[in-house]
Amino acid sequence: MAPKSSLFFIVLTALLIVMLLIAIAFGAVSILPSEMWSALKHGFTGKEPATIYESVFIQLRLPRVLLCAITGAILAVSGVLMQGLFRNPVVEPGLVGTSAGAAFGASIVFSLSPFMSPSFKSVLGPFMVPLFAFVGGLVATYLVYSIAKDKKHISILSLLLVGMAMNAIGLSGVGLMTYIARDPQARSITFWNLGTFSGANWFQVFVTGIMAVVCFWLAQRQAKKLNVLLLGDQEAGHLGVDVKKLKTNILILNTAMVSVATAFVGVIAFMGLIVPHVLRLLIGSDHKKLIPASILMGALLLTIADVGARLLLAPAELPIGIITSIVGAPLYIFLLKKFQLNQTN
Amino acid sequence: MLEVQNLQYQIGKQAILNDISVQFQPGLCHLIVGPNGSGKSTFIKIVSAEIEAYQGKVLYQGKDAKKITKQNLSQYRAVLSQHTELSFPMRVDEVVMLGRNPHFEIAPSKKDNQIVQDALDLLSLQNLAGRNYQTLSGGEKQRVQYARVLTQIWETPQEELRYLFLDEPLNNLDVYYQQQFLSIAQSFMNDATILIGVVHDINIAIRYAQQLYCFLNGKIVAQGVPETIVQPALLKQVFDIDTSIVNHPQTGKPIIIF
Repeated sequence: MAPKSSLFFIVLTALLIVMLLIAIAFGAVSILPSEMWSALKHGFTGKEPATIYESVFIQLRLPRVLLCAITGAILAVSGVLMQGLFRNPVVEPGLVGTSAGAAFGASIVFSLSPFMSPSFKSVLGPFMVPLFAFVGGLVATYLVYSIAKDKKHISILSLLLVGMAMNAIGLSGVGLMTYIARDPQARSITFWNLGTFSGANWFQVFVTGIMAVVCFWLAQRQAKKLNVLLLGDQEAGHLGVDVKKLKTNILILNTAMVSVATAFVGVIAFMGLIVPHVLRLLIGSDHKKLIPASILMGALLLTIADVGARLLLAPAELPIGIITSIVGAPLYIFLLKKFQLNQTN
Repeated sequence: MLEVQNLQYQIGKQAILNDISVQFQPGLCHLIVGPNGSGKSTFIKIVSAEIEAYQGKVLYQGKDAKKITKQNLSQYRAVLSQHTELSFPMRVDEVVMLGRNPHFEIAPSKKDNQIVQDALDLLSLQNLAGRNYQTLSGGEKQRVQYARVLTQIWETPQEELRYLFLDEPLNNLDVYYQQQFLSIAQSFMNDATILIGVVHDINIAIRYAQQLYCFLNGKIVAQGVPETIVQPALLKQVFDIDTSIVNHPQTGKPIIIF
């Protein structure tokens, strides 16, 4: 690795650590480093937290910050994968139906769970939401992909248009579920449309964390093939890449991690768009660097957005999706415009 | 030797290639000409093992091409097609390095780097090495792709032949580079190399081909040394044009005047 890019990784890691500490310390209540330390000691030795600050830290703040960072990393890596797969800089999971499909799947569990048989629920247990989200995300993504595909060619315009339609279907599905849901379930569904970390708990951290580690590792193993795919399907085939298999793998991998993240925190748009774009400008298009860098930068940016969400209207809280959309949507329009120009040239 | 036996290919009910049997010997420049829709491009896609849904046999040194793994094949078979665009910024030397991908596991070795440098030199691309591929002109892009394709089979494998397929690679190039492309292909040639190319310009094909193949309606209607097979009657049959043929004052090869 070139010295320039290793320096880049060191700086990015340092920034992330600092930002994580800031995110843990500040919020509706501030937590001192000494309190964090003693809370961690108590946590590991199995004792009860000694003060209210310690329990806020252990039970609320820490899982929230970690879930946020993991989600940010997932969405950023997903953006890199989707863009590499479609060879297009304006693709991200929120735009091709993955997130909406996953939200729909999860909302089914939330609103219909009172009607499901107890034995069915006990088999799947807490994995019901991620599982339904995964199926919903996969079906939606696959449908968008296969409808937009015209013989061999996949046009970006039809991809985005079909994605828009799929988003509308997914979100009206969520709306329907909200309508038939009882009041407490309805509230948790509403949160998704904008994304939230306020309900974060350790279970969610572990599920997304394990999912993220496995998927990142698998994604990194595809990095070299994704580089070759930049040349196009035909050329990648000539260079010995099984393009069909690669695409299927990436699509499943991507859907798995995005769906799980979406199931817990809702739809956070544009993260997968911003991070890869910025990184390509900084370190180029090599996926071997792009994937690890997007893990770090995705975690960093979403943590910043979450601190913003907590502090801007404190003690009230903004849905984080609003912040990412305010920043992401203009960038998206800019990229779309630029891409259009490139294509007509 | 690359051998094609009773090759049939159709899309739906329409026959694209019709019972073609032909052998390509190593060490010779094999060029294919023919009108649009004569099946020459499809033929290249089949013999380079890109399309597999055909009847008949394509044999690489006697081995059925369908039975060779893609990965294995990619170490000694390269294909240059018409034009390749990138959606993301990438440096020219990075693009060329992609050609070495079949030869390393994780990171390129010193040898891979050296080969990329040599290929950049060969195509006079050294001063573009650090440029963003997207900002190049059509002809420059094509030269970069040529360099990438050559790096893929830069070394002659020990037990296999190497195979270079050119699928109408000259379309974006001006006359100088059209000539340069084929001279480089000639200099790349050795006893362990099979070169098959589709070329649009019949005069260029005559000048560089050692074996010329004329495609018409999915069949090879003439093949052989250009000097002997290129006749006004054949050109009338294949391209439906009336021509005169004169000899090049220096090379003595036939030149077609339309």
